[in-house]
Amino acid sequence: MKIPIQSVEAKLAYDARWQRVMDTVALRRPDRMAVGLYPMFWLARYAGTTYRDLMYDYERTKQIAEEVVLALDPDIYSPTVMNAALGPALQAIGFKQVQWPGHGVGDNSPYQYLDREYMKAEEYDEFLFDPTGFYLKKYLPRVATAFEGLEEMPTLPGLHYFRLVGGINRFARPAVRKAWQNITTAAEEAERWIAHHVEFTKRMTALGYPLAYGSTSISPYDFIADYFRGATGMMKDLYRHKDKLLQVMDKCVQILLTQTVATAKASGNPIIFIPVHWAADAFMSPKQFETFWWPPFRKLMLGLIDADLIPMPMWEADCTKRLETIRDIPAGKCIYWFERTDMVRAFEVLGDVVALRGNLSPSLMTTGTPAQVDEAVKHLVENVFNKGGSLILDTAFGIPDEAPVDNVRAMYAAARRYGG
Amino acid sequence: MPELNAQESQLVEWLSDMNEDDALALAKRMLLEEGVPPLRVLELCRNAMDIVGKRFEEGEYFLPELVLAGEMLETIGAIAKPLIKHAPGEEPKKLGKVLIGTVHGDLHDIGKNIVSFMLDINGFDVKDIGIDVPVQRFIDEINVYQPDVVGLSGFLTLAFDSMKETIAAFEKEGIRSRFKVMIGGGQIDETVRAYTGADAFGVNAVEAVNLCRAWVGVAA
Repeated sequence: MKIPIQSVEAKLAYDARWQRVMDTVALRRPDRMAVGLYPMFWLARYAGTTYRDLMYDYERTKQIAEEVVLALDPDIYSPTVMNAALGPALQAIGFKQVQWPGHGVGDNSPYQYLDREYMKAEEYDEFLFDPTGFYLKKYLPRVATAFEGLEEMPTLPGLHYFRLVGGINRFARPAVRKAWQNITTAAEEAERWIAHHVEFTKRMTALGYPLAYGSTSISPYDFIADYFRGATGMMKDLYRHKDKLLQVMDKCVQILLTQTVATAKASGNPIIFIPVHWAADAFMSPKQFETFWWPPFRKLMLGLIDADLIPMPMWEADCTKRLETIRDIPAGKCIYWFERTDMVRAFEVLGDVVALRGNLSPSLMTTGTPAQVDEAVKHLVENVFNKGGSLILDTAFGIPDEAPVDNVRAMYAAARRYGG
Repeated sequence: MPELNAQESQLVEWLSDMNEDDALALAKRMLLEEGVPPLRVLELCRNAMDIVGKRFEEGEYFLPELVLAGEMLETIGAIAKPLIKHAPGEEPKKLGKVLIGTVHGDLHDIGKNIVSFMLDINGFDVKDIGIDVPVQRFIDEINVYQPDVVGLSGFLTLAFDSMKETIAAFEKEGIRSRFKVMIGGGQIDETVRAYTGADAFGVNAVEAVNLCRAWVGVAA
């Protein structure tokens, strides 16, 4: 893939698109309504190939992703190649937490997360005492085969002087040696994967299109619920291990902040995409939300804002009842992307605090007609954008993989027709 | 249910208030030390679950309470059930039969499991046939189990088509009119219900119970 020199026109187009998004974030009136693009395996539907092909063919995925960006002409696009061409990297690390197209699920099935208990309730103390040690010897071997063998590593803290010299002998064990070899192989594939993403991003920049976000993060509650305790384990912990959970989440704020700021600074893009899984109205009571979910997340967002970054949580499911609570954030610093939350209501409550993104419903995009999609865009423009709302028009959580191409084209055409 | 004595009321209160430690200790004492009939203890559990369900509907309780209540009842059930000695014909009568599974292509099961548990505790005979269930497997299971209600679960958008296909196959098989079909899961709404041809959809486990109760003719 060649990276052309950015033409003057392309630079102007790039700057105009980015300014549109930045104006929207800052709650200033943009020259017209910004539109986002976030496809996953919909690329396959667009190009008539399989999800599996996208997963394993970097070059083809870059080519299709470029065609899609040029055809739909969004103001910002998600790191499409990174999201869809992950097969070799997942394979190399032996990732156990998801099934992916052609691996555990069919060639045209999306990623499916395996909700399991990856950390037992009794291990909270271990995590709190030494997160790195817990990662190396317990967590990593549980989530990816490349790390299997690290269980046999020596415990490092406490080694000193001649005790250190002898104490490293466990690194000579065959299982530990094998693990480091596997990790190196996986890391090399990860380098390739990232290099393809960087190359694609540079090419799109040269063509005038800004990347939507340079790194991702996660709320402390979701981090522990999804990737450590499992959904139901976490729900029981709200009663059984309340204090421990609060302590762990507080520690995770700093851990996640350090990690996210470093990645974001390296990427050069200030927007941080944060998929939010467990904030929905239906999942926990307002009191639980205000005790467990929101305070650590707010702290994380404030930390990101302090680092001059722009948090973009994508509030999955319906979070209408949380709007008053999540309003408590500095104005003009975040993008709140909503899935099923009523956008008009979100605008009423949050319009003077955050930019909004979304939210054409997946059922409409998948089973509706282009005329219905047009109508839904018009509704959002008339009731949010035209009333002064800072809106980045998009689908509810990305273009559904199954959405007919005509519906997607109708969405972008309607955005231009009604949004200026 | 006859009037509750003080100890029985205490168990119902602790269970419905999510006071797990005290509730389990009391239930164990009643069953293993005091010889309280196991069916009586299970009846108290159902009483507590009625309260939990009501609090869920009123917006006081949410998923964590359903999950924790499920776990408490499972623990008590595991102690109580081996102690039950049924006389012939004495088995508790079930309200109806529900067959439930996650449609093909979708591996999600948290919501489905909560629905299965809530139906079970509310007096339904539930057969849960798991995740990623092929169309033919649904048909085979239906022919053997003869359910009153079939529940199709799915979290992903691909489930829209899997549900539509599954229900269309019921039609083709000529069995569609023998049972009601309810669907549920993260993205399900009225648009999807109409698209798939299901009889109804629910957004949570209590709605699933209410749908089934209405279909088998029990007042909610």
